[in-house]
Amino acid sequence: MLTTVKLFPKRPFTNASADPAGMSQSRREVRRVYALEHSHGAPSDHDRSNHYLRLFTAMRLNRLSGSLAGIVSAALVTFSPGASADEPPVVPLTGGKLLLTGGVSEVEGAAGGGLTPWAVIGGYGTAQQMGANAHATYIHTQDYALGTYGVTVGVANRVELSLARQTFDTRDAGAQLGLGENFKFNQDIFGVKVRVLGDAVLDQDTWIPQLAVGIQFKHNEQGDIVKAIGATSNSGTDFYISATKLLLAQSLLLNGTLRFTKANQFGILGFGGDRSNAYKPEFESSVAYLLSKSVAIGAEYRMKPNNLSFAREQDAYDAFVAWAPNKHVSLTLAYVSLGDIATIKNQRGIYASLQAGF
Amino acid sequence: MKIRYAAIAVLTLASCASIAAHADETLYRQFGEKEGLTRIVDDMYDNVLADPRTAPYFEDAPVKRIKPLLVEQFCVALDGPCTYTGRSMKRAHEGHAIDRAAFNALVEDLQLAMDKNGVPFHAQNKLLAKLAPLYRDVQDRP
Repeated sequence: MLTTVKLFPKRPFTNASADPAGMSQSRREVRRVYALEHSHGAPSDHDRSNHYLRLFTAMRLNRLSGSLAGIVSAALVTFSPGASADEPPVVPLTGGKLLLTGGVSEVEGAAGGGLTPWAVIGGYGTAQQMGANAHATYIHTQDYALGTYGVTVGVANRVELSLARQTFDTRDAGAQLGLGENFKFNQDIFGVKVRVLGDAVLDQDTWIPQLAVGIQFKHNEQGDIVKAIGATSNSGTDFYISATKLLLAQSLLLNGTLRFTKANQFGILGFGGDRSNAYKPEFESSVAYLLSKSVAIGAEYRMKPNNLSFAREQDAYDAFVAWAPNKHVSLTLAYVSLGDIATIKNQRGIYASLQAGF
Repeated sequence: MKIRYAAIAVLTLASCASIAAHADETLYRQFGEKEGLTRIVDDMYDNVLADPRTAPYFEDAPVKRIKPLLVEQFCVALDGPCTYTGRSMKRAHEGHAIDRAAFNALVEDLQLAMDKNGVPFHAQNKLLAKLAPLYRDVQDRP
């Protein structure tokens, strides 16, 4: 106890170099008060009221800033009972994973790259924590647009649940296809992913990757249309297994995913078709290179089935840059190529995705 | 099909090129040798004591003994001319109820110390790659 009394008040909290980059003044204040509260020293009443005032001000500043980050960390710090000699230190409720190691939100809502799920569990929770995030993604090609938004929850770094809604806008092409200008296909996707084994980030002395299995249930609302163009069903279930490995010494992340699917254009054009109604194994891969703690660049590739006779379907690929300034927000920009879609050739364009969470 | 093979080739090439480009023997020097490591360990220790996620684990720790051992350990991990004279990681950490979040928090505190001392990001990752598997000995709850 004597040690802590001596150590804490002298700690250089205002020394920017000892603080994590980007920590706001208000968070620093919360931390300072936390440290004093938990020093087990005997501050005078004046000191104590001063500390509470600071804590209050700090939390109010956090709220004012509207920052989820600030509120969550203030709450975690305030409600942590602190450590005593008998009890193990309390684990914070979230935020235990390293930056970007929860991946970003792939186009169907799972944690991963932009086009393909990874074996990582979404959010920043470790085995004793939770993580969650919301995302919005927009793809704009010459003739179409695909918007996705959704939420992803990671439980105990073991199970990931995701919900996403996609809207595919045919824009001008809608008229050309006989659907009407700006005709839209809507699809809901519910995903479950379970981490089976391994740790992609810390198991650096072995080649064993992190492995996860997942399911994506998809329901397309334009049932009549997709059946009219030859799809067998407007609902479908994808099954996948993902292996993800961070080669930290090389600053390189590798992912391979094998997906069993009947989906035509991710399910936008339904499931199965007049050419084939069987599950096909499709390979997907991502490579990412870490430029810094907060920036990764990479490329992805995703095979797609070719079930419909009226229009051929081609594989997709992208080149991306992902930026996570902190554990609460990430932005991914990519150039994506989706191939021919519903007879309209060579669809390529920009991909932008914003994710916010903890 | 052509596009498919081209994409696979690009992905493979990217991974090979990157691995080759980052093999170097001057890692220990990039950390400023013994003096640099001493500064990094000092700064890391300041960080973990200021960090509410790690401070409870270090409050009563014998700092004077731990710091030189950390320097030795990092030096060995960087293939420097040192010998680690401390206890095994398992013995040094057992019974402290260290969990993954606290382990990762210390990694972040080390990253900040390396940033402060000008260690290039990709050199940092090489040290972290050596230290990361120690989580199995350090952590005694998930």
